[in-house]
Formats: sequence, structure tokens, C-alpha cells
Amino acid sequence: MGLEIMDDVRKDSVRNRISEGYREGDRDFREYREISIEKDVAMKAEGSARVKIGNTDVLVGVKLDLGEPFSDSPAVGVIITNAELVPLASPEFESGPPNEKSIQLARVVDRGIRGSETVDLEKLCIVEGEKVWIMFIDIHVLDNGGNLVDAAALGAIAALQNARVPNERYDLTGDDTLSVRDTPLAVTMVEIEGNILVDPDCNEENAATSKLTVISNADGSLSGLQKSGSDSMTEETILEMVEIGIEKAGEIREKFLKTPS
Amino acid sequence: MKKGEEIEFIKDGKRLDGRTFDELRNIKIEVGVLERADGSCYLELGDNKVIAAVYGPREMHPRHAQDAKMAVIKFRYNMAPFSVDDRKRPGPDRRSVEISKVSREAFEPVIMREYYPKAAIEVYVEILQSDAGTRTAGINAASVALADAGIPMKDLVSSIAVGKVGGEVVLDLNAVEDNYGEADMPIAMIARKNTITALQMDGRLTKDEFGRGLKLAMNACHQIYELQRTALIERYNKRESVKFEEREA
Repeated sequence: MGLEIMDDVRKDSVRNRISEGYREGDRDFREYREISIEKDVAMKAEGSARVKIGNTDVLVGVKLDLGEPFSDSPAVGVIITNAELVPLASPEFESGPPNEKSIQLARVVDRGIRGSETVDLEKLCIVEGEKVWIMFIDIHVLDNGGNLVDAAALGAIAALQNARVPNERYDLTGDDTLSVRDTPLAVTMVEIEGNILVDPDCNEENAATSKLTVISNADGSLSGLQKSGSDSMTEETILEMVEIGIEKAGEIREKFLKTPS
Repeated sequence: MKKGEEIEFIKDGKRLDGRTFDELRNIKIEVGVLERADGSCYLELGDNKVIAAVYGPREMHPRHAQDAKMAVIKFRYNMAPFSVDDRKRPGPDRRSVEISKVSREAFEPVIMREYYPKAAIEVYVEILQSDAGTRTAGINAASVALADAGIPMKDLVSSIAVGKVGGEVVLDLNAVEDNYGEADMPIAMIARKNTITALQMDGRLTKDEFGRGLKLAMNACHQIYELQRTALIERYNKRESVKFEEREA
């Protein structure tokens, strides 16, 4: 109960400060916290990356296994994206089966990668109808400082960019390069007191009543959208957020990801 | 149809099923179709057949999940195993968990939850037959069922998807268009307020296509709103006139 009151006080204080034009850490409303990417951090993974956005810390690993294709798509490999919100990352996370938060996180990241057709799934087919690569993208949240989606999506694409196909482990010959064709990036925004804030920290996420994630590609097209939260949004706000999302993704792409040639 | 095979989605400005780009499939709405539920609705959207039931407000279980300030909305989207081509394994999968969350959030802005602290308002949507757009059909049915249950709401929620097939932005994709199309974007909105309560997109769209799609979907939500409203009015007019006749007799 005590915690609930603290929660309300904190929400009010965030809203008050935002309406006065001030954001935690003197950050501009359209400004990301400091981003850092470390690639190849998990030796046993085919590809991996650790992304920090402010206090948010997310580790993404890519593993490839051999398996059977789905019957309705026998000539393409399979992508499975999964997210674990382990209890070490936040007092709000509990151990147990995936809940709607972790499922949404994984599915939004997955949607961006699928929609942009970043990974050439046909190249992940070994024997049509029999043997394909199953690519697991596992998102492991280490510290939840807010805005997990953007960190996870950035981590996923960074991990894919340095992933290799483990032909040798399965006595296969072939090209070890994984073709990664695009760089879908998520930019999440919240609306607080009529202001659009990019990259919300966890206090801002709690104070906000609606949130929109915009996933965009190198050519400026969209490959995923997800609204969440308990409030409605106007068409104008959504259109503005899409605009900002594409612009911000461009900046991050420019700085951290070389566009695959 | 196999992947790679070219499908001609658009022919002479018409779609595979003969619809124009901005045309909805047929919608049929029946209010109060279940006996035990507090409110219910059966809805058809083209070949989609869904049924929604509402229970509550009633005590929220488990108790630790109660909210001291307002009612908790529970929303369960569930597909019948026989509703799709390949039998769906019963029970919640990741897709239905996400749809349930998004659908619940579509209603949070309109339901006057603060009237019922510690209570639960439960919405159950069963997909009996699926032909793309089940989540939007489910939201439309749930909206009517909530009204039928007498849950205080600021307004009805209306929902529809737009998408991109054969290079064109079109309204309300059917299953073939959804499976082989380039993008799918379901939305839900409060028609009279013109605000969006749910928005998702997968596939690939340019910014311009997105803007046009959003407009197209918003316009269609106004049409759906009228259908929902008419269905509710018809239902309660009927009920009132029956009562009146009884009294007369």
C-alpha cells in the first residue's frame, strides 16, 4: 500500500515537471538518453549485443539450430523471438511463465524484423521441406530503466549483424555469413501533459497513459507500430509521433549501425 | 496458392472478392444472444464469426490483483480450435495473449472504471470462424456486449483493419489478402471523439501510405459505429415494446 502512494506521488511529480518543460537529467523531450552498444558479448551465441540506453540494460543473443520448416512455408527458415523479463532486472518483474508484457516486447521486436524482411529467410533453408535453420532471437533484460522495446530492437539488429551461420557445428558446408538486409529500429514515445517524449525512462513510462512504438527502416518506411496504454490518442499526435520516430531512428542508425551494403 | 505465385489482388479497380478499396465486408450484429452472460453480442464481419460475452462488475479474483481505485478489465480473446484451417491448439498462445492485451487497452479509455473499485469487468471473446480481422471483429462485438451489460461507458469503441495488397492501401482485408498482402494495420477508435485507442501494424508501409490508411480506417470506424448503435437501439426498442404490450394486456 505504501508503495502505491509513493507511486502516485512520483507520477504527479513527473507530470508536474514535464508540464513545466523540465525533464529528468535536463534532457530534451526529443532526446535519447546515452546509448551504447557492445557487440559479440556472448561467445557461445552465433551473434550477440548488449545495449544500454541510460540505465536500461538489455542483452540479446542469436542462436541457430537445425529444425523442420512449417508445412505452409517449406522453403524458408524460421525466426523465433523471445523475451525474458527476469526478476533481477526490476522489482516489478516476477519469475514464472512469460506474461503479456514480455510477450508484447518479443512480438513487437519480431514484427520489426519480419516486416522489414531484414533476414533473408530463403537463405536459411537447407533442404526444402525437411531441414531449415531455426533462428532464435533471445532478449534478456538485465536492468529495466524504461523503454525496453527500443533497446531490445537495437540489440536484436546489432546481434544479427554480427551473427554467423554455424555450419561447422552441424557438419555442413556453406557460407557462414548471415545476410542482414535492413536495419529496423524502434522508437518509443509517450505523451505526458500534451508533450511528446522520446525514450521514456521508467518513471515517465509509469506517469504516461499512452505509448506508441514506431519501427522504421533505412529507407524511411515503417515496418511495425504498436500502441499501448490506457488512454486514447488523436490522429495528429500519432502522425507527429510517426514523423519523429522515423527521424530518430535515422539518427541512431547513422551513429551505431552501418547500413549493410 | 503457393508462395511466390503471383496473385492479382486488384483487377479493374476491384479486389478479389469484388469490393472497392474502401469497402467493408458485410457486417451483421445481434445483441443479447446469450442467456447467462450479463451482456453479449454475436457479430459477423464477412466470413468472421465471433461472439462476445461480458460478466460484471463483480468481485475481482485473485484479490491481490484488485485495484483499490477502479475496476480491473479482464479481456480474453480466444480462438476455437476449429476456427482456422490448421486446428488451433486450445488455450492461450502468444498471439492471443498480445491481442487480449491490446483489446483490453482499447476499452480502458471508455469504461468508467472508477465507478467500481476492487471489481472486475470481464470480457470474453470467442472466435468461432476466422477470416482475417478477428481482433477487430472481437473488439466491435465486445463493445456492443459491454453496452448490453449496462457497463457505464463514455462511448462505444469501433475497430477495423486496413492493409496493403497489390501495392494499394485497402480497407478490411480478407484472409487471402491478409496472408499474401504486404501490410496489415488494425485500429480501434472512439468514433465520436475521433481518438485512437488501439493501433498496430505489421508488414511494410511508407509514411504516406500509413497516413492514408489511418484515414481510411477512421472513416470506416464511423460506419461501424452506426451499425453498432443501430443494433443496440433495435434490441432495446424491441424489448421496450414487448413490455409495453404485456402491460396493455
